[in-house]
Amino acid sequence: MDGASPDSRSQSNRRALSDIRGERASGLRERVIEGGLFACAAASVLTTLGIVVVLFMEAIPFFFDVSLLEFFGSTQWTPLYADANFGVWPLVGGTLLVTVIAISVALPFGLLAAIYLSEYASERARKIFKPMLEILAGVPTIVYGYFALVFVTPLLQQVIPGMGGFNALSPGIVMGIMIIPMISSLSEDALHAVPDRLRESSYALGINRIQTIWYVTLPAARSGIVAATTLAVSRAIGETMIVAIAAGQMANLTMDPRESVQTMTAYIVQLSTGDVPTGSLEYQTLFAVGALLFLMTFAMNVIGQWFARKVRNQ
Amino acid sequence: MMNKDQRIGGRIAEWGFRIVCLAAVIIPLLVLATLIVDVAIDGAQRLSWEFISSYPSRIPEQAGVLPALVGSLFVIALTGLLAIPIGVAAAVYLNEYGKNSWVANIIEINIANLAGVPSVVYGLLGLGLFVRFAGMGRSVLAAGCTLALLILPIVIMASREALRSVPGSLREASYGLGATKWETIRQVVLPMALPGILTGTILSISRAIGETAPLIVVGAVAYMTFLPDGLDSSFSVLPIQIYDWTTRPQPEFLINAAAGIVVLLSVMLLLNAAAILLRNKYQKRMY
Repeated sequence: MDGASPDSRSQSNRRALSDIRGERASGLRERVIEGGLFACAAASVLTTLGIVVVLFMEAIPFFFDVSLLEFFGSTQWTPLYADANFGVWPLVGGTLLVTVIAISVALPFGLLAAIYLSEYASERARKIFKPMLEILAGVPTIVYGYFALVFVTPLLQQVIPGMGGFNALSPGIVMGIMIIPMISSLSEDALHAVPDRLRESSYALGINRIQTIWYVTLPAARSGIVAATTLAVSRAIGETMIVAIAAGQMANLTMDPRESVQTMTAYIVQLSTGDVPTGSLEYQTLFAVGALLFLMTFAMNVIGQWFARKVRNQ
Repeated sequence: MMNKDQRIGGRIAEWGFRIVCLAAVIIPLLVLATLIVDVAIDGAQRLSWEFISSYPSRIPEQAGVLPALVGSLFVIALTGLLAIPIGVAAAVYLNEYGKNSWVANIIEINIANLAGVPSVVYGLLGLGLFVRFAGMGRSVLAAGCTLALLILPIVIMASREALRSVPGSLREASYGLGATKWETIRQVVLPMALPGILTGTILSISRAIGETAPLIVVGAVAYMTFLPDGLDSSFSVLPIQIYDWTTRPQPEFLINAAAGIVVLLSVMLLLNAAAILLRNKYQKRMY
C-alpha cells in the first residue's frame, strides 16, 4: 500500500502544525523547562513529606522510652523535672482551653461581620471595611502577644477577681480577635454565593429580613461557615507567640481561664529557648508534641478544605 | 396581614440586628486601633535613632535593635531569593501546564494543606532538616530556608491568582503568531501577571518578617553583640528581640519591646507601600 493511511496522514499534519508553532525545533528546550517548573511545584509535596519524616523520625524514638500509654494516659507534664512525667493532657487541655475561648470570640464576631458585609453593607462600605478587617490577620502575632500581656491582662485583672498575670483568657480573647477575618472572609464568600432568588422567594412569602438570614441564607451557606470555623480552629491550635507570651509556661490541666496554662506550641517555644542537648529525651519531646500538634491541625485542615471545596463546587 | 405594632416591632428588630452586625465589624477595628495606639505610646518613650543603631544591652535604656534589624533584613532577603523563583515557577506549572491533571490536583490540595500547617511546625522541620541533617547549624541560611518553605504556599497561591487573571485570548493570540508555550509564558503571560505576582510575593515576605516561632525553634539568638556577617553566621531577628524583651522581669524592657514593635511594623509598612507602588507603576506601563 503506498497511500498514506489516515492515521499517519493526521500524524504528519500534526507535525506540520507543530513545525508552524516552532514546537519541534525547540521541543527539547520546552520539555526541559516544563520539567523544571514541575520540579518546583513538586517541591511543595516534598515539604509535606519532610515535615512528616522529620517529626516522626524524632518522635518515634521518644515512644521507645515513654509509652503511648503514659503519653496519653498520664495527666502530669513535667519533662524538665527530676521526677519527669510525660502525660501530654495538660498541654492538650491548655491548647483546647485557649482555642475554645478564641473561637467563642471569633465565631460570633466573624459571622455577624460577614452578615453585615454580605447582606447589609453598600458596595462602598464593603470595599472599605473588608481590607481593614484583613489587616487584623496581617499583624504579627508577637504584637498581639505584647498587647495581651501589657494591655488586655491588666484590664481583665481589674474586672475579674483572681485573674493571674499569666492566664488563658487574655491570649484567648486576643487570638479570637486576630482570627475574626479568617471566619468573616470565608463566611462572607459563602453568604455572597447564596443566589438572590432564594432570598427573594423568602421575602415573597412575607418573611422578614432577619428571619430570611436565619432560616434561608445562613443554612444555604453552612458549608462555608463550617469550613471557616474549622480552619480557624486549626489556626488557633497552632498559634504560638500570643500564648507563649501571655498564657505562661506552666503545664496545667485546668478549665479555669483565669489560671496560667501552657499550650503545645508554647511548650515547643519554651524548650527551644533553653539549652536542650540534641538527642536527649527532652529534645525528643519537642518532636513528639510537634507531631501531635501537626496531626491535630492537619485533621482540621483536611475537614476544612473538604467543606471549602464543597462551597466552590456548588 | 401584620398589624401595625408588629410591623414597627419588626422594623426595630431589623435595625437592631443591623447595628449589631455593624458593631461586629467596628469593634475589632477599634481593638486594632487601640493596639496600635497603645504600642505607639509605649514605644515612643524609647524610640530614637540610638535605639535603632545600638546593640542589645543588660541596661534597658542602652539596649537597641541594630543586630536584630540587620538580621531580619538579611534573613528576609534570603527567604525571598529562595521562595520567589520556586514559588512563581510552581504557580506557572500549576496554571499553565498542569491544569486538570491528577498530579496537579494532588499538588494543589497539598499546597492548601501546607498553608494551614502551624508556623512552629515549620520551625521543627527547619531544626531537623536544615540545622541538623544538612549541617547548616543555627545560621542565617537555615533561617532563610525555613522561612522560604513557610511562605512558599502563599507565594504559589498569590502568583497563581495573578496568572489566572491573564485572559486566555492573549495566550491564543500568541500561539497564533507561532510562539511556543514557553515563549508565550515568558513574553506574554508573565509580563501581564507581573504586577499581581509582585504584590502577592512582597505581601508574603512582609508576613515572613513578623514570624517569630519558627525562628525560635531554628535557634535565633536574642543577645547578639555583632552583626551577622555571612550565611553561616548566628543571627537575631526583630520578633525574637521583641519576644526576649517581653520575657524579662524589668518593666523597662517592655518599653523596649514596644519600641521594637514600632520598628517591626514600620518595616512591614514600608514593604507594603513598596508593593502598592510597584503594582501601580507596572500597571500604568501595561495598560
